[in-house]
Amino acid sequence: MSDAVANHSVHAPAHHEELGFWRKYVFSTDHKVIGIWYGITALLFLFFGFSLMMLLRWQLAYPGQPLQLGWFTKLLGETRMPQGIMLPEFYNQLGAMHGTIMVFLGIVPLAVGAFGNYVMPLQIGAPDMAFPKINLASYWVYFIGGCVMLYSFFVPGGAPQSGWTSYAPLADIASTSQTYWLVGMIFLITSSLLGSINFIVTIVQLRAKGLSFFRLPFFVWAQFITSFLLLLAFPPLEAAGVLQLMDRVAGTSFFLPSGLVVSGQVLQNSGGGNPLLWQHLFWFLAHPEVYVLILPAMGIVSEIIANNTRKPLWGYRTLVYSIIFLGFMSFCVWAHHMFMTGMGTTMSNFFQTTTMIISIPSVVILTSLLLSLWKSSIRFNTPMLFALAFLPMFAIGGLTGLPLGLIAADIHLHDTWYVISHFHYVVAPGTIFALFAGIYYWYPKATGRQMNSFLGKLHFWPSLIFMNGVFFPMLLQGMAGLSRRLYDQTIYEHGKAVQPLSVYISISAWLLAIAQIPFIINFFWSMKKGKKVDSDNPWHSTTLEWATPTPPPHGNFIEPPEVFRGPYEYSVPGEDKDYTPQNERDTKNKKEDA
Amino acid sequence: MEIPYTVHPHPVTGIPNGKLGIWLFLASEVMLFGALFSSYILLRVGAPSWPHGYEELSVPLATFNTLVLIASSVTMVMSWASLKLNQFGKFKLYLGLTVLLAFVFLVVKAFEYGHHFSAQEFPRTSTFLSIYFTITGLHGLHVIGGIVVNSYLLLPGSKMWKKDPDRFANRIEYAGLYWHFVDLVWIFLFPTLYLL
Amino acid sequence: MSVESAEDIKKHVRVYILVFVALAVLTVVTVSISYLHLSTGWAVLFALIVATVKGSLVACYFMHLISEKQIIYWVLTLCLIFFLFLMFLPVATSSM
Repeated sequence: MSDAVANHSVHAPAHHEELGFWRKYVFSTDHKVIGIWYGITALLFLFFGFSLMMLLRWQLAYPGQPLQLGWFTKLLGETRMPQGIMLPEFYNQLGAMHGTIMVFLGIVPLAVGAFGNYVMPLQIGAPDMAFPKINLASYWVYFIGGCVMLYSFFVPGGAPQSGWTSYAPLADIASTSQTYWLVGMIFLITSSLLGSINFIVTIVQLRAKGLSFFRLPFFVWAQFITSFLLLLAFPPLEAAGVLQLMDRVAGTSFFLPSGLVVSGQVLQNSGGGNPLLWQHLFWFLAHPEVYVLILPAMGIVSEIIANNTRKPLWGYRTLVYSIIFLGFMSFCVWAHHMFMTGMGTTMSNFFQTTTMIISIPSVVILTSLLLSLWKSSIRFNTPMLFALAFLPMFAIGGLTGLPLGLIAADIHLHDTWYVISHFHYVVAPGTIFALFAGIYYWYPKATGRQMNSFLGKLHFWPSLIFMNGVFFPMLLQGMAGLSRRLYDQTIYEHGKAVQPLSVYISISAWLLAIAQIPFIINFFWSMKKGKKVDSDNPWHSTTLEWATPTPPPHGNFIEPPEVFRGPYEYSVPGEDKDYTPQNERDTKNKKEDA
Repeated sequence: MEIPYTVHPHPVTGIPNGKLGIWLFLASEVMLFGALFSSYILLRVGAPSWPHGYEELSVPLATFNTLVLIASSVTMVMSWASLKLNQFGKFKLYLGLTVLLAFVFLVVKAFEYGHHFSAQEFPRTSTFLSIYFTITGLHGLHVIGGIVVNSYLLLPGSKMWKKDPDRFANRIEYAGLYWHFVDLVWIFLFPTLYLL
Repeated sequence: MSVESAEDIKKHVRVYILVFVALAVLTVVTVSISYLHLSTGWAVLFALIVATVKGSLVACYFMHLISEKQIIYWVLTLCLIFFLFLMFLPVATSSM
């Protein structure tokens, strides 16, 4: 029985007009083209954000030491690294922009904008998104927001330097570029809102016939919940951004308390503001935001695990209920980022309780994925290696979150390197590994060629080792009490004591960068020279994206697919092959899904 | 390539895509204005003193504006009803009235703002004024947005009535939902800022 | 909604006019209450009650929420819950 719904020679429908270059490639309303634009842009931003951190790690490893890299040092110049020695202001800029760019310009656009846009409509059997023009708009608004953020590097006073969290009152009085940060964020939030509306309507309204909610691939569920998080959590940050803009530009004091002294002078404003108001509005978004960072990754890993174990996922319904509960709970835990702000025991305990509760669905999802491996036939291809590595890495990330969610332990660990390690474990060897896995997995569908397996392993193993080399020692630094965001950690005795770890971490980071080279080479080389796939479904998968021609044409499916079963009917007893695609009509064994 | 359920309702959800889309957008707007109301609460509760709205602002002007906006909501829904009754002329009349009433609202607001500025009362003058100007300013931007959308639908956009009347009626309905939401925000803004 | 007959629409129009009158009356009511200069607690309570009634009229009749489909109710309920978190939790954490 053929995998593909049709043969490879696709005839465009007679009425389809031929679009010019700009409408076809640049201003296309096709979700796949838009997804690729998101992907390329996001990968470039990820690379740039990573580079910022690599430079920052020099100062952490060798505080005050000149970095002589010839033309590069000259390029940075007197305002950033005079004679190659990093200025504290520049250190702060690198830190703030690394965070901002990685979270808002890198990970979310890649996980949601690229993967969500490209794969989700295919997996639900839709011809495109519900609102293709709005989809196009959401990409270009993201692009503009990214340009505004990049431009902020060249503004007098340097790039934004008040952390990715832009806390008041510091951000209120910071140099000009902070205003660009706020404007950039407004564009990015708008892009997110347009995208999330599109995703939700598409998933609700455009599912193929027979594709009920409980037959959806878990990847689609993950994108669905993520979209609700983006839709409802981002607007308060947009409001906060407007308030901070008013403080900076119109002289208001939303976040400035009365009698604030700056550089020895009392600020001449009306006062009466509340810095904690910024924190509440910021974290109301930023906590759900971290679930936006992880949920698509869980979705990708689930697809790849099911496919490469040749078994259904363990506990599909449990996974779905868990992710719904996780999404809901993410809206009432945010003040665990504010335990040290004097909230009083009642409210602190409230947020501690909700935080402990929210760890449960995460553990359930992780356990489900682990149990999916039991007694399975694992295929250790490159996507599966990254997907498997995600599991223990996410586990470490999640477990290290627990002491932070407990007020007593958080007193010691708050604002230390422990926190940095915790969230990076979840996002870096967590989400980013899942995103790599997704690229290796769906590359053949988008290009018709496989990525090279040897280069894939050459990318995977050093990355896994160096990720841990970077982030594990940070736990020790944090437990030693070393604060984050310090320009020179050696001014403290406890900082001096763990300084050797900083060197070790920095070297691991630079080696981690080198480990990405096989991936970059593989990505481009395979487009022209990669092994061509022998069918539309080279991984022998069950989900609908593999039922299209390769690459999928405009409109995706030759005829609208119909779904007859759940998403992971692998190794069904009595079938002639170890996978039964969702849209396959006749099977030997007419079993319906449970 | 046709996107299904653009005009006709989905068999299970019972609504077209745009209806769900606009309600999702409005949900996000509830969170946006909600954040500003939450800020108002936090700032007022934390302030040593807070003026009564009627001491700082003109209640008669704002009451008039409230009635203007409510009227514009009526004309908006009447414009949709006229389309459903195939009365294109009446539709244009009512939508035109909606735009006109929106302009009246803005003119009164501009007058209010101008009055404050000439009395040296700016956003930076006090916490009360800063939240007043910001939240009514953002609301005003939404009014302008509504004027732009409704003017488009009244003039160039209305050509769709000839080609695809059902789709056009849907668009008017969605624009109406947005406009009613703008009215709804004001219904809460007015007492909060002016009467308490 | 697109399958409604002309009679149904005419009935709706009657309702719109009635709602407009109710809204205008309630506006006068809420302004009048403010002239009583009640203590803040009572003033807030009455203002919120009237505003909620007015808002509900706009939502139910102008926005046709009273006859909307289930899925819209679900979206709005979710939004309401998060809206309440946003309204009450921050001030609960403040030392007032």
